[in-house]
Amino acid sequence: MNNQLLKVGLGSCGIAAGAQDVYNYLSSDIDKNNYPGLDLGKTSCIGLCFAEPIVEFHEGDKRIVYGNVDIKLAEKILKGISTGVLPEENRILEEKGEGKRVAADDNIVKYTGRQVKLALKNCGIIDPESIEEYTARGGYKALEKAVNSMQMQEIIDVMKESGLKGRGGAGFLTGQKWEFLLRAKGDKKYLVCNADEGDPGAFMDRAILEGDPHVVIEGMIIAAKATGAYKGYIYCRAEYPLAVKRLHKAIADAKEKNFLGEKILGSDFSFDIIVKEGAGAFVCGEETALIMSIQGGRGMPNLRPPFPAESGIHQSPTNINNVETYANVPGIILNGPESFNKYKSGNSTGTKVFALAGKVKRVGLVEVPMGLTIREVVEEIGGGSSTGLPLKAVQMGGPAGGCIPESMFDTPINYDSINATGAIMGSGGLIVMDASSCMVDVARYFLQFTQNESCGKCTFCRIGTKRMLEILERITTGSGTIKDIDMLEELANHVRKTSLCGLGQLAPNPVLTTLKYFRDEYLAHVNDKKCPAGVCRSLIEIKIDPDKCTGCTLCARVCPVNAIAGERKMTHVIDSGICTRCGMCIQKCKFDAIYRI
Amino acid sequence: MKTELDEAKKETAQCSCSEDEESLYSGLDVVIDGFIGVPGALIPVLQSTQNIFGYLPEKALKHISERMKIPYSEVTGVVTFYSYFSTVPRGKHIIRVCLGTSCYVRGGKEVLEAIQKKLSIPVGGTTVDKMFSLEVGRCFGACGLAPTISIDGEVYKRVKPTKIGEIIEPFYAEAEANAGADREEV
Repeated sequence: MNNQLLKVGLGSCGIAAGAQDVYNYLSSDIDKNNYPGLDLGKTSCIGLCFAEPIVEFHEGDKRIVYGNVDIKLAEKILKGISTGVLPEENRILEEKGEGKRVAADDNIVKYTGRQVKLALKNCGIIDPESIEEYTARGGYKALEKAVNSMQMQEIIDVMKESGLKGRGGAGFLTGQKWEFLLRAKGDKKYLVCNADEGDPGAFMDRAILEGDPHVVIEGMIIAAKATGAYKGYIYCRAEYPLAVKRLHKAIADAKEKNFLGEKILGSDFSFDIIVKEGAGAFVCGEETALIMSIQGGRGMPNLRPPFPAESGIHQSPTNINNVETYANVPGIILNGPESFNKYKSGNSTGTKVFALAGKVKRVGLVEVPMGLTIREVVEEIGGGSSTGLPLKAVQMGGPAGGCIPESMFDTPINYDSINATGAIMGSGGLIVMDASSCMVDVARYFLQFTQNESCGKCTFCRIGTKRMLEILERITTGSGTIKDIDMLEELANHVRKTSLCGLGQLAPNPVLTTLKYFRDEYLAHVNDKKCPAGVCRSLIEIKIDPDKCTGCTLCARVCPVNAIAGERKMTHVIDSGICTRCGMCIQKCKFDAIYRI
Repeated sequence: MKTELDEAKKETAQCSCSEDEESLYSGLDVVIDGFIGVPGALIPVLQSTQNIFGYLPEKALKHISERMKIPYSEVTGVVTFYSYFSTVPRGKHIIRVCLGTSCYVRGGKEVLEAIQKKLSIPVGGTTVDKMFSLEVGRCFGACGLAPTISIDGEVYKRVKPTKIGEIIEPFYAEAEANAGADREEV
């Protein structure tokens, strides 16, 4: 009998969807009843968030992937294993041996068809807590190559040739950054991995750290070998406990195998990595603020120059790269720069990981080659609108980024093209918005976020964003004037030009891009006192359609402020003076009789 | 070191109120001793302290300041800078409503309002019976399940404002059952 294996996807996303319960069930049932030759394993995020929880069945080179697995289906799968007839339902992907791949579900064909997995090549495939599974897929081979047969400058030249740019958002050439550190004077040099992923709606780094921690560690060790750094820090946000736990385990395992620590692989090169947990401050994603935080103080940014490459942690030369950047390093070193730069668009090479979310059918973690258009990502991979309403825009780059309208969805994804729209590539948040999203409210949302996270050090960011937020609040509550829009634009430009760090300089982006592409929505708010998307509460009313209302009384019972009156089997009416526009009645109504205007 | 911290975390998770203050402070001293001579230790020490006490009491902060020879002003400066730290006692269960972009566009704001109404507390507040504290989260990384909330780190998916009662009730029922069991023991 072939060895059989069941694997459960246990990333944060899967666990939230109930994968842990499924795993526990399988584990206890396998303990109780004997299944000869069956093993139970775990892996992390496979990127198919919309189909979680996911369970995979392996037998020899056959593989069946089940999606949306609950205890009932888990029971059927186990039963199928003992009878030899596995359930047909919920199969989302099948490999029938000899490399034949059949996607049982049309969703998956479209979802995976255009993707290229470089940074995510192991995510959702290996058990992230097993160094053996990582090395079995070529892990630490790149490190061996770098340590045994490459000079420092040689590694840097390969990185430069690959064209890899910092995936944290700024897009600076990684090889060049490493060269700065190599050339910097000082006997103690530091490396930092920025894993303080703070953009709301972005989870690329979490998925990599949880799914394949060794690839990040290997990337850092190679960077240390190339630059002469003696110590590295991984600065991970405290909200990612699972990532922190898996990093600790991976570091301990790597040390045991001598990939990390003293005299790595018998050479005279030594390097150590320490995990630092953040304490909840978005600005710490900015590199000078991050350094302050690693040193134990308030994470407030400093003026550059001096750049960290000259004076960083404890005034020593320091290089900072993001998680996805390091995750790309082992592949480039092992397979050569052309394995990466063969994907090319404009001035950008390789792939980019995106957290595709919002009003899109297939939500998940996707990795696409540079040059794919926004439309291909949103419509082909994401499956288009999840609500049936037309799509309006995508928001790229989080609070530092901007909104790109549907009319520009044919823009190819690369650093230059995205920057030209006014948005930024950012770290990879890609939120899709449909006709029910109010762009003024979106701008207000992001500004509230950056205003809240402004560290307060420089005046323009501290007060400028506050005043901008006040204007946006006036506009969204119906007391804005046309002058407010001009003032908003002027302030935005001042804040952008005069703030100390990236947080302040980029904070106006969501406002400036929505003003550029969705000015008509601003005008509707100030001139007509209307919110076209029906989001801004002061500008809408909730009404009951007398033709559709059956008088079931459900809405009246759910209304928290008793604003709905009406007898049973009679048309109900909302008292607009009392109604708080919470929309709970709309959700509850079974007859679609309640609507916003 | 790590295992001791984990133990401390576990203990406080179960009960932070009845534990003898002295043993909490000796736990804190163990933490501080573990960081002697380590640069940049203030933040990890504060994180462990919060795990031990459930929050950061003034007395503990002064203790840290004296033992680590860091000015009290610097200690409080760091505490107030980071959102993770709290200087007021928090409820037994921490509810965090995700207002990341994905949850926001899928109705996270309505979920937050429903919880505020249900518990009659603002964001950052704690219920009178000390059962729940309410916070806003940035992104739990579970955007595929939006809108989400988390209670004591466990994520609840696709939360509807009308279903808040069903999520909160079991916690009261459990507290009630525990109180009943305690009475029986007495």
